[in-house]
Amino acid sequence: MTSTTPESTRPDFPLPVPSEDGAPFWEHLRNGELRVHRCTACGRLQHPPRLMCVQCGSTERDWALMSGRGTVYSFVITRQALHPSFEGHIPYATVIVELEEGPRLASNLIDIPVDEIAIGMAVRLEPTAVSDEITLPLFRRA
Amino acid sequence: MHSVAIAGIGETEYSRASGRSETRLALDAILAALADAGIDRTEVDGLMRWSVDTTGEEEIAANLGVKDLKWFGEVNQAGNVGAALVTHAAAAIHAGLANVVVIYRGVNGRSGRRYGRGEVTGRRGQGGSAYTEPFGLLTPQHNLAMLSRRRMHEFGTTSRQFGWVAVSEREHANRNPRATYYDRPLTIDDHQDSRHIVDPFRLFDCCLETDGGGALVLVSAERARDLQQPPALIRAAVQAGYSERSFVDTAAVSTAPRLWAQAEVRPSDIDVVQIYDHFAPFVIFALEDYGFVQRGEGGPFVEAGGIRWDGGTLPVNTSGGHLSEAYLQGMNQMIESVRQIRGTSTSQVADAHLSFCDTGIGTGAIILERDR
Repeated sequence: MTSTTPESTRPDFPLPVPSEDGAPFWEHLRNGELRVHRCTACGRLQHPPRLMCVQCGSTERDWALMSGRGTVYSFVITRQALHPSFEGHIPYATVIVELEEGPRLASNLIDIPVDEIAIGMAVRLEPTAVSDEITLPLFRRA
Repeated sequence: MHSVAIAGIGETEYSRASGRSETRLALDAILAALADAGIDRTEVDGLMRWSVDTTGEEEIAANLGVKDLKWFGEVNQAGNVGAALVTHAAAAIHAGLANVVVIYRGVNGRSGRRYGRGEVTGRRGQGGSAYTEPFGLLTPQHNLAMLSRRRMHEFGTTSRQFGWVAVSEREHANRNPRATYYDRPLTIDDHQDSRHIVDPFRLFDCCLETDGGGALVLVSAERARDLQQPPALIRAAVQAGYSERSFVDTAAVSTAPRLWAQAEVRPSDIDVVQIYDHFAPFVIFALEDYGFVQRGEGGPFVEAGGIRWDGGTLPVNTSGGHLSEAYLQGMNQMIESVRQIRGTSTSQVADAHLSFCDTGIGTGAIILERDR
């Protein structure tokens, strides 16, 4: 399931510019799937994706489908506008989600007041289209 | 590295609006450092700088009248490369590739480029920032706050303990006429009542923004002994690249073993400490990750007054640090580290022989030693 967020509800954060090592990550998200770089030699899951496995050095990889379940590993709440586009969107929270498969990734939470966020909170994936090209892996309370 | 010393230090005034160019600031600091060392400007044959700065070595060399620049370079990353520059410069002198190497910077960090602003530090979603900036992690503060929150969770460190870092450093700044906050005291209540910027960081957890310049002059230890200042011998100098992102460890996990092995001393041998405090909790985290205290003990150590010049067992950031003296990204703290060896700090630790300076979240550190 992929939802769409009107741009007006989010600050004008930069959109990801897919690179050689990470383009498939964004392509899968556009199809509503969170898939993470998996080394086919040693099985390591790593995020962000890279051209090589940082553990065994292999350049062979595929893209492992994640369940979308995870917990909040850490979070910050931006309460002062450190960028012009933040005006009118303060406070906002950024979280690190630890997926149940292990990898950790930065994200935002949907429909959770910032003062309710806590480390350990269970969350679930909601791929959210922010442009024709880009779908972000956002999360809701599980 | 025992063969190399810091023989000269120089700095400009620290302000919010220098009224002059970054090149002018750098030159003013360099001339002050050369005068301090007693070395003529034409003897300079090496120049090193922060890659984030705007003033190139060719411009500095041309102004100084350097005829034969034998060693120059910059270190990439961010503000955290002070120790890496000392490492490079000392290696060059040790190898005989240059004789007088000046490490310099001039920055209009408040009136010009402000490092705390997303439009300055942001990378527009390119490279690795594709996985952080789209979610609002746009400044160094964001990423460091994320690590800090997790460490608070794992080790029980509190915002109030962050506050005692800020208060202790402010006490040192209140003794230092050069410090931005020389005449402004700070209480723990002031800290706890201050607004959040990127929660868990409060206003008084954050470093200053500063216009100013600083410079270090490095020569061989042999040469330094013939100059007018007591040499600050480089007992050890290390740098570290970033490795895989951790939300718990600082890079000191990798630099600390190398640093202590190179110096052949232990943390308990150190007399005085400077730590890169772009944000107050990193004093606590660095004390823990370099091994001055155990993990989880840094907060209580600070809260008990351990880092205060007045009564503490390990005075830290004795000029007021980045929080209260100036934010020259490691330069002003390396200068203070030299002062402690010379015995000229405004918060001088009696009989200091070994002076430690971290220049950024564990990515580099130097240990200076008084000549015997």
